[in-house]
Order: sequence, then C-alpha cells, then structure tokens
Amino acid sequence: MTKPRTEGANLPADKLAELYRTMRLIRDFEESMIKFQKAGELPGPVHLCIGQEAVATGICDHLDDTDYIASTHRGHGHFIAKGGDPALMMAEVFGRVDGICQGKGGSMHAADFSKGILGANGIVAGGVGLATGAAYACQLAGKGQVSVVFFGDGAAAQGVISEALNVASLWKLPLLLVCENNGYSEFSPYNTVNAGEIADRGAAFKVPSIQVDGNDMVTMWRTARTAVERARAGEGPTLIEAQTYRHRGHVEYEDTFLTKPYRSEEEVEAWKAKDPLPRFRDYLVSGELVPSEDLDAIDADTASIIRNAADFARNSPWPEPGDALKHMF
Amino acid sequence: MARKRLMHAIHEAFVEEMERDERVVIFGEDVEISLFGDTAGLADRFGQMRVRNTPICENVMTGMAAGAAAAGYRPVCHLMFGNFIYTGFDAIANQVSKLRYMTAGQIKLPLVYFAVYGGGRSASAQHSDVMYPALMNLGGIKVAVPGTPADAKGLLKSAIRDDSPVVFLITGGRTGAAGEVPDGEHLVPLGEADIKHEGTDVTLVAMSGMVAPALVAAQELAKEGVSVELVDPRCVVPLDEDAILRSVCKTGRLVIVDEARDMCSAASHISAIAADKAFESLKAPIRRVTVPDVAIPYAPVLEKHILPNKDTIAEAVRAVVNYRKQ
Repeated sequence: MTKPRTEGANLPADKLAELYRTMRLIRDFEESMIKFQKAGELPGPVHLCIGQEAVATGICDHLDDTDYIASTHRGHGHFIAKGGDPALMMAEVFGRVDGICQGKGGSMHAADFSKGILGANGIVAGGVGLATGAAYACQLAGKGQVSVVFFGDGAAAQGVISEALNVASLWKLPLLLVCENNGYSEFSPYNTVNAGEIADRGAAFKVPSIQVDGNDMVTMWRTARTAVERARAGEGPTLIEAQTYRHRGHVEYEDTFLTKPYRSEEEVEAWKAKDPLPRFRDYLVSGELVPSEDLDAIDADTASIIRNAADFARNSPWPEPGDALKHMF
Repeated sequence: MARKRLMHAIHEAFVEEMERDERVVIFGEDVEISLFGDTAGLADRFGQMRVRNTPICENVMTGMAAGAAAAGYRPVCHLMFGNFIYTGFDAIANQVSKLRYMTAGQIKLPLVYFAVYGGGRSASAQHSDVMYPALMNLGGIKVAVPGTPADAKGLLKSAIRDDSPVVFLITGGRTGAAGEVPDGEHLVPLGEADIKHEGTDVTLVAMSGMVAPALVAAQELAKEGVSVELVDPRCVVPLDEDAILRSVCKTGRLVIVDEARDMCSAASHISAIAADKAFESLKAPIRRVTVPDVAIPYAPVLEKHILPNKDTIAEAVRAVVNYRKQ
C-alpha cells in the first residue's frame, strides 16, 4: 500500500466548482432525506452518506455514461455523482411511479442503466460481482471503458472481495475497487470486524492499492484519476481505501431501535470537524481558487434542484397495484 | 437427423451460438480443457477472451455473469457441478433473479448458468443434488432441464438467445446418452413440453434424467395393456402447465417422476397444480416418484435404493391405474 502526497491544486476553477457542486447536490439530497424520513414520507429505510461525498464525487468525475459503477445500500451519492437525476431517485425513494425504478426498488435499488449505474445494493458486497463482470465486458469491448465498485469496510470482510481482487488481477480487468471506510460495519466498529488494513489486502493479489483521506476532495480526485487512467490503459485494477466517516447512523431511524449508542459524541464531532464539504469550500475560498459568490450561487442552485425534486416526488402518483406483477421477465 | 451423444449436442449448440453472435462468451472453471467435453476446443476456436478459465470462485463468477450481461454481453457462466450453484447462490438469488424486476425492467439479463447435476454416479452428496426446486422458487430465472440430446441442443440455443437469465441443467447420468438430433438450425422454445410417448390411461410427467427410465417404463407397461402418456416439460420454469393439464384431463390419472427430494419438488408443485385445476378429471390420487428427504449416498447399493428407476416408476403407474375408491 502506498500513501499519497497531498498535492497542490492546479485544477482549473471550473473543474473545482463542478466538484463542489456535485458534493453540495449530494449533501442537499441527503439532508432532505433526513427531513422526509422524520416526517414519515418515506415508505422504507434510507442509509445516508453525509460526510462521505468526496469519495463518490472524486471517483465519478472521471467516468462517462459508458463506464459502469456498482454501488451500495448507501448509494445516493454514487447515483448523483455518476450523473443520475436526483428527481428520479427522489421519486423512487418516495416509492412513486415516476421513480427511476417505478417504485419497485426504493433507495437500496436505485439504478439507471442508461448512465452505467448498475444500482445500489441491499446485499453488503452485492455489487462486487456485478462490477467485476462489467469490467470483463469493458475489456472484451476494448473501448477503454472502466468499471467501479464501491463497498464499505463492512463489505471488506466478505469473501467475494478476495475473489474479485484475484480474478481482476489475473485478467487485468479495468476495475476500481473503492472501499469507503467509514469506520463502522453497520453498528460494529472497524477494529472488531476487520483485521489489518483493507488497503494492505491488494498486495496479496498484486493489485496496486492506496489508502487515502477520503474527506480530501483534491486527493480523492487525483487518486481516482491515476486509477482510472491505469484501467483505461489496460494496466488492470486498483484498490482504493478512502478513509471517511458517516455523520448519520447506519440507517436513518436507528435511534428508534438501538438501546445504546455505539459511537461517542466526541468521535462524531471530531469527524464533523473534518467534514469534506466545508473543508473543500474553505480550501477553494482561502486559496482564492473559486470566489465565494460563485459557491453561494451553486448552493442556491442545488437547493432549488432538491426542492424541485421533492415537489416532483410528492406529486408523483403511487404505482398501480397491479404493476407488482410486471417486469419479472 | 444424426445420432449424437448429449454432450456432443451441447458442444454443437455452443459452437453455433458463438459463431452466430460474438457477444456470447463462456467462462468457468476449466472450460478450456473441459471436464465434460461440452466446451472442449472452444478456446482454440474462439480465443481465450471468449472462452475463459476462471479461478474457483463461484461467488464472484455468478455475479460477473450478471455484470457482463448488464454491460451488453451474453455470458454463459459454466458452474461445472450443480451443487456449486449453492456457493454462487448470492448473486443468483439476490441479484440475477431480481435485478430486472427491482429496476422496473430497465435491463435484460441474457445469461446462462450451465451445470451438470443429479445422482447415479457415486459422486456422493455434494456432487449429486437436484437444485431446480430452489431455483424454481426464486422467480425471475428460467430453468431448462432437457432429457435428450435433441432437446439439450435446442434448449441451450434458445437459452443463449433468451433475454432472461436461464439456468441450464444437464443430469450427470445422461451426459453420454445418445439420441437423434435434427440437422441444421434446431431450436426448442423454453417452456414448451413435449409428449415423448402418447397414451390414454395415465399421464406420466418426467423431466431430465428421469425421461429415459420413464420411457422404458411406458414401453414395458404397454405390453401389460397400460397406455401411458409421457409428458416431458423440458423446462420447470416456465412450466408448460397447459400441456400437463391437457394430458391429465384426457387420462384422468397422474404420476410425476422427479429426481429431486420430495419436499417442495417440481413433482409436488405439478401435483398441486393438477389438484387445483384438474380435480374433476382425476380418477385416482396423484402419485409422486421422488427421492426421500435424505442426502445422496455414496455406495451404489444405497444410491440405487433411493433414486427413481423404471421399476419404481412402473410400480407407481400400476398403483394409480389399479386404484379403486374404497
């Protein structure tokens, strides 16, 4: 495993603003989910990625619609970063007919195949095989496409990760294995479920691996660029362990069933101080890279997108009950 | 028509479909050298990118088939022995059977899982299971269970061309069996039963490896004056209910042979359908010839004791034909 240098910024202002915008859009989407969940407007569970936005943003910025991602139960950020329409996902989480999956999947199965989004996944590590197979397809097609699987530190304990590392390395598949290590496997702390470092595991399979600060937007972006370039050039897979933290719980209503806390207030506050969004904003403003007025304008724009998405979702009808019988074959 | 062994017919289907569509790829453990002969020589002919040996890793392989299919290919994931479907079951049960449904039909998943299954070879418990009952209950996956070389070729070609996931199962005891295979393009639609022997007294439903002993039983029973109609569904999903019910309504009696364990087997499902929909036609209770709820044992004498054969099938038919309401 290698540790990256935090390089200075020489990204153009419009690229930096675009990255900020994606992060902001994800954050706004997720914060709206808190509100809607509390108000009882969502039929099912949501797993929010507040605090982890830099990972999805940094990776997906290098991808096109013809590239593939497979996501996790905490997948809203990946969907948005890969170019999915927040309104279509919002309506899906509301369970409505205009949702991206017509109310058949909900938060844990939001997918948009037209954009190479193979879907969120309710099975921990469930996307690993899908993304590895898509990487095989990319290799067969020979057009330089890549495939990315996002998974958490909880999923890192699943055997399929080792299988994917092995076959991807043997076949030199254009695959990025991106571990979002947020420190918790559902409610179990990292050290109780994972022996050693996740990024160390790639070496056993001769997969270049890197452990990065997943809350550092620029580092995340640069790390992803190297890995995507390697994959597109036919040089094989990369394992990226992005260290980050989820500000919210594993699942949004966990306070209603947990009998005791599983992490300390101090820990949560310490990580909130490392929140990637204000951190990136400070970096852009203090470094005079993007004027704060421009960022304010982005904030206003993303807020409006999410408001409109919510209106769209709320006004969309429920599916016809008989539609439950469609789409099996 | 030409007489061919079952695995030869399957090999032909692979060759023809790979020639026809370059999106067809095959991957699995030892597919280059080919344990059963079905994929022998394909790597030389189509290249190692399209016919690819994998490590032993069913967990990721079954998911890879879904990912490759979602990304535009038509993969055949060769799982060697049917029991290895269990080690790869997560992707089959949690992803493949549901992905199209969960995403409201956004994608088609044109993939085939290929495996050899069943008993009769002293391969013992972990290489002899019949897993289609579990697959039938998933929904979203078609399951082909051909019993003759011609059906195997025609169904495999249809399975590869189908836009839904198909599990294609060949019974291990029949891989060397020979039969007439039509020349040229030969397709058998998925979900269409075939009447293997016409008759009027009793309907005998048998599939896959049970077709051959059922046919022998039907021929022997004919000498006793019992006219058996042998219906081979050829697929358990979709199941050709109409063909089975038509025959039951004609004969008024039903025996089902299934190499699966009895509980929640294809036989018990077909039995339930007949009881629901053909009750008025039935002159006798439905009989199932299945495997008792035990693992498949090793010693030939033990294995033979529990697997259906022509004699146990014939016995069940006689019992049904001779049934008199008390």
